[in-house]
Amino acid sequence: MSDLDIRQTQGSNEPIPDPGLQEHQYRPQDVDESQARRTERQISAMFLIAAVLFIAFAVVYFAVEPEETIFGWSAQNTGFGFTLGGAMLLIGVGIIQWAKKLMGDHEIVEMRHSAASSAEDRTEALAVINTGVEESGIGRRPMIVRSLGLALGALGVPAVVMLRDLGPLPYGHTETVWKKGMRVVVDVTGRPIKPSDMRVGDLINAEPSVFFETDEDGNRVFHGTELMQAKAKAAVIVVRMRPEAITPKKGRENWGVDGILAYSKICTHVGCPISLWEQQTHHLLCPCHQSTFDLADNGKVVFGPAARPLPQLPLAVDSEGYLIATSDFPEIVAPSYPRLAHDQKKLDEQA
Amino acid sequence: MRFSVRKLSTRRRHRFAGALVLLLGLVVAGGAYAVVAPQPATAEQATARDVEAGRQLFEIGCASCHGLNAEGIVTQSGGNYGPSLIGVGAAAVDFQVGTGRMPMAQTAPQAPRKKVAYNDEEIKQLAAFVASLAPGPAIPGNEYTDIDAATEDDVREGGEIFRTNCTACHNAVGAGGAMPNGKYAPDIRDVEPIHIAEAMITGPQQMPGFSDEAMTPEEKRNVIAYIKSTNSQPGAGLGGGSLGPVVDGVFAWVIGMGALVLAAVWIGAHGTRVKKR
Repeated sequence: MSDLDIRQTQGSNEPIPDPGLQEHQYRPQDVDESQARRTERQISAMFLIAAVLFIAFAVVYFAVEPEETIFGWSAQNTGFGFTLGGAMLLIGVGIIQWAKKLMGDHEIVEMRHSAASSAEDRTEALAVINTGVEESGIGRRPMIVRSLGLALGALGVPAVVMLRDLGPLPYGHTETVWKKGMRVVVDVTGRPIKPSDMRVGDLINAEPSVFFETDEDGNRVFHGTELMQAKAKAAVIVVRMRPEAITPKKGRENWGVDGILAYSKICTHVGCPISLWEQQTHHLLCPCHQSTFDLADNGKVVFGPAARPLPQLPLAVDSEGYLIATSDFPEIVAPSYPRLAHDQKKLDEQA
Repeated sequence: MRFSVRKLSTRRRHRFAGALVLLLGLVVAGGAYAVVAPQPATAEQATARDVEAGRQLFEIGCASCHGLNAEGIVTQSGGNYGPSLIGVGAAAVDFQVGTGRMPMAQTAPQAPRKKVAYNDEEIKQLAAFVASLAPGPAIPGNEYTDIDAATEDDVREGGEIFRTNCTACHNAVGAGGAMPNGKYAPDIRDVEPIHIAEAMITGPQQMPGFSDEAMTPEEKRNVIAYIKSTNSQPGAGLGGGSLGPVVDGVFAWVIGMGALVLAAVWIGAHGTRVKKR
């Protein structure tokens, strides 16, 4: 016996009798036809104003210049908001008024009933399914079912191959465009840098000079996507510190020029460009996940999720007195990835 | 020791009191004359008088941290109580004192911008004194700050330089941002062009410097022109450095959605009814 049945059988024995529905209360519109007509006019007016506002939207679109402002906001956007929002609001208010004031609102009792289909319908549905199973022979021909399963499973192969093809994997891309003798130039302007151009505490966001060079036809050596990809690996920051503040690792003693050092701008965590340079603490901060590198201490990680030091670019001065790189980065410039140690080993062997 | 009333009364006036009053009168009269007297024509160059006046101001307001000769004070643990100001130049003084950062009210991770403590004349004198100690960057001239002369191309170039060098800390429109250990890159949208130029030249506090050789005065002017041009554009959303309608969005979701729910409940609970049939 279900709970519903119990209540139904006990209905007449309730300690407090069912009071039934309250007496229906009428609205002004139900008893006074002129009120109803007035409400009808009000609702229609709202819908008509909404229609006008939709047209006003188009007027604002064409008539208001995008540069114009009102209250410090874009006049066009503000106009769009008021016309479109106002029209939607009026339609909504009108529909609610319609439902609450004019549509019938007599209380109706709907009795509960079983949600299940009738026994007859259920028997019929089962019979249809059984006929289908019988006629398709799923039970009798297992080979066909299994081979179909295999085919659907094999659909994963193209999916995996396509996903794998979404972009180049970082593996094996161990080189940048930096090479021995390439000048370090100021980003944006391409100006070469003399050590005397930098005072202690100065920062220069720099690039390899090849990005500003042209070939014999006057075209840029690097341009378009190629430039962007090369730039994404070769960007450096050049900073000048007091030489006595720098504690170079063994073998890096002559990688700087009078306290001027260059480091990769690509964070070793997930590859964000970093140039938040605190000149007094010698800390370089990555804005993405707060990895912090000490550039006076070989780019060591002093805070954050990065797991390896920032790659350093060895510097020297050419015969004209401008800063140059003495080689490519000896360490891989990239976000960290599983086989990085393997690639680094190969790079070390080449060197 | 005991004093009788009479004895006290006779000693009330010190024997040097007359001389003291005379001296005071002379000082007051001299001081008043100095105020009223016509000022000698002052050249742009700082005079020896400015340097001397600056030295006196420095000894009162700055020397307790920076040392009597601006040589800096090193703490016992080897830290920096106040850095040496030798060679920082007039530009650094005009920036630090002119924006109220110096003198600092208390030790803090960073000197905040606050009410300026000195008037223009005193700042000029302080700058003249510090500049007299050793050569350093002078207060930048018109070529750094004449942003009205920047063409559209100049502003575009300034934008490129700004986005390369400045946005990492100061946000894409110069609204500022957080740095480690309680430090921050300040909002530079409403800063005077001359102070922006001085900050780029001198590299105050943790900010790196950008020398005129690596970034010419004209390029610096273009950067300032760019900052000012972005400020005249309508912003996206309330606050948030033009990152988008973040603040407004939170309000719309929390306050706006809540209000809608309450409005729906109110609508459901209300409606005019009449008694009569």
